[in-house]
Amino acid sequence: MTRTFRFALLASTLLGGAASAQDVTLTIESWRNDDLTIWQDTLIPAFEAQNPGIKVVFAPTAPAEYNAALNSKLAAGSAGDLITCRPFDASLELYNQGHLTDLSGLAAMANFSPVAKSAWQTDDGSATFCVPMASVIHGFIYNADAFAELGLSVPTTRDEFFAVLDAIKADGTYIPMAMGTNDQWEAATMGYNNIGPNYWKGEEGRLALIAGEQSLTDPQWVAPFEELARWKDYLGDGFEAQTYPDSQNLFTLGRAAIYPAGSWEISGFNAQAGFKMGAFPPPVAAAGDTCYISDHTDIAIGLNAKSPNAEAATKFLEWVGSAEFATLYANALPGFFSLNSTPVEMQDPLAQEFVSWRGKCQPTIRSTYQILSRGTPNLENETWNASANVIRGSETPADAAKRLQDGLASWYAPQQ
Amino acid sequence: MASRKPFRWHIGVFLAPAVLVYTAIMIIPLFGTLNLSLYNLEGQNRIFVGLANFATLFGDPRWSDAFWNALWNNCWFFLVHMAIQNPIGILLAALLSSPRLRMAAFYRTAIFIPTILSFVIVGFVWKLILSPIWGIAPGMLDAVGLKSLFAPWLGREEYALTTLALISVWQFVGIPMMLIYAALLSIPDDVIEAAEMDGLTGLSQFWKIKLPLILPSIGIISILTFVGNFNAFDLIYVSQGALAGPDFSTDILGTFLYRTFFGFQLQLGDPHMGATIATAMFAIILVGVCLYLFGIQTRLRRYQF
Repeated sequence: MTRTFRFALLASTLLGGAASAQDVTLTIESWRNDDLTIWQDTLIPAFEAQNPGIKVVFAPTAPAEYNAALNSKLAAGSAGDLITCRPFDASLELYNQGHLTDLSGLAAMANFSPVAKSAWQTDDGSATFCVPMASVIHGFIYNADAFAELGLSVPTTRDEFFAVLDAIKADGTYIPMAMGTNDQWEAATMGYNNIGPNYWKGEEGRLALIAGEQSLTDPQWVAPFEELARWKDYLGDGFEAQTYPDSQNLFTLGRAAIYPAGSWEISGFNAQAGFKMGAFPPPVAAAGDTCYISDHTDIAIGLNAKSPNAEAATKFLEWVGSAEFATLYANALPGFFSLNSTPVEMQDPLAQEFVSWRGKCQPTIRSTYQILSRGTPNLENETWNASANVIRGSETPADAAKRLQDGLASWYAPQQ
Repeated sequence: MASRKPFRWHIGVFLAPAVLVYTAIMIIPLFGTLNLSLYNLEGQNRIFVGLANFATLFGDPRWSDAFWNALWNNCWFFLVHMAIQNPIGILLAALLSSPRLRMAAFYRTAIFIPTILSFVIVGFVWKLILSPIWGIAPGMLDAVGLKSLFAPWLGREEYALTTLALISVWQFVGIPMMLIYAALLSIPDDVIEAAEMDGLTGLSQFWKIKLPLILPSIGIISILTFVGNFNAFDLIYVSQGALAGPDFSTDILGTFLYRTFFGFQLQLGDPHMGATIATAMFAIILVGVCLYLFGIQTRLRRYQF
């Protein structure tokens, strides 16, 4: 009896295997478990309809566990065919260990600009190992109703920006700007790396810093700290203990007028805020200056070097690099912008506003992410601390810049 | 003729499970950590470096500044507990053991409850209470006209660590209270009666009779506080994050170890330097405990009833 049952089980397994063997199943490893429904309902059906015979399974892990889980799966040879790539060193390490395939030859790579690809390339740019999916753009989101009520117009220059902040402060109905220093990272990400590119001229300054031609104590790198130091007067009472969710809530409850933002806030804010919102890019020094924005490459997808289904997976990656995927993805997740060079039609007005800056401003990525955060002390983490200190006024901009430069020079040869 | 005692196998058999489990999950990892601190990466290979990691930790100004800052913060954290938590614990125990106190069981339970709460809950709740935006602390101070005393305590370098230490005191005051309470209850009634016969009552009875009798318990509590505080991590991590802001003013050895060992954000983890810090922590706690055991514990007079 038991034996018959076992045979039955075995037979059904074999037959079941045979039935599905005609189809190739691709598994995607990802940390975006928030996006599970979007993949299952929108993206995968669209791909499968065009590619009969290929099945795709989206298998996400919790974000905090992703890197560790992925590393052990890759080491054990049990990882999926397609690997969602973190930007810069985490993925570069996987490529150097031979876990990711060089995708430079993919036709779809032509659809991406050098900046878009820089997060998933070797340092010399010779090999690109992930297809860029999306980036996040920094800027300021404002309460349009509050601006209308106070008769303010959207600032384009720094002087106008501070004039607007002064006007909101003088009126007193709204907190001029919603940001706190408790969690530190907002000060660096939405502060320093948001307004900074206008000073260090985006890619020009970022690459010069990596090459060792500029240093963090140069005026264009200290000036963003000087501007941050001025923000202090416009933040809410007790901003020193204000956390990131506090700031989000202050803004969406309509108590603050301006929110230094990343575009990933869009879907959350759309759901929470009961007022009209608008967005403006970091203000420039004088009207007519070239503007620079942080268009930070955040997510990409690569091919597991040991995948048995490389051919099907390559087909999928070509599709990820296509304009069609870009449109589907960007509309499903407003705020995560396609890195594809083909302009994408988006429905969300706030997302449209953010992405429109790509047309008039020069994009760059966060200055601390590529190469410069490889050593100890870690420049990105130090920048969090320095930016928060400068805003709180416990460290002068010059001191903070000097400390960052000394830390960087202690391990990074081009800066020595 | 002296007959040889038969070897008592059952002792080994009964000890074996505990010894094996303890060795597997405590002793081997401990020595693994100590061992790891003597190695470092050279390119892709792990090589033996002797005490070079300790030379970096204490010699490189970046590492040593962070280490001494964390150690000093840790000492302050411990001092606040010793100066506030334990005296309050003793006071509460003395009050609870008073026979005239009504609803003693209720107070005992209420004061002990925070101890069984998760750090995550305690950190989150206190962060909300003290929040300058939504918190009830500013409102309560305002109600008694003391609004000017309010500050965003957790966000200020000069107050943040003390505030967190006091939150921890609030959470754990139940433990010394319970231990002292048990010690007070175990004092025999005839000792108390004899004291009363000699005219010793009230406060002087506490100072002259009860306190000397509970000194060994106070010693144990001190050592538990010491070990607990120097291994502390959770509360700081939950309320201030791994960067222990503002400006590392709440960084203690536990958070320093976590950041180094596991890495943080773009900082990749460094198991070797992490193990070095863990070894230093182990040494500090070992020295502290030994000082207590050999310096104080052996000199404490014990009373047998």
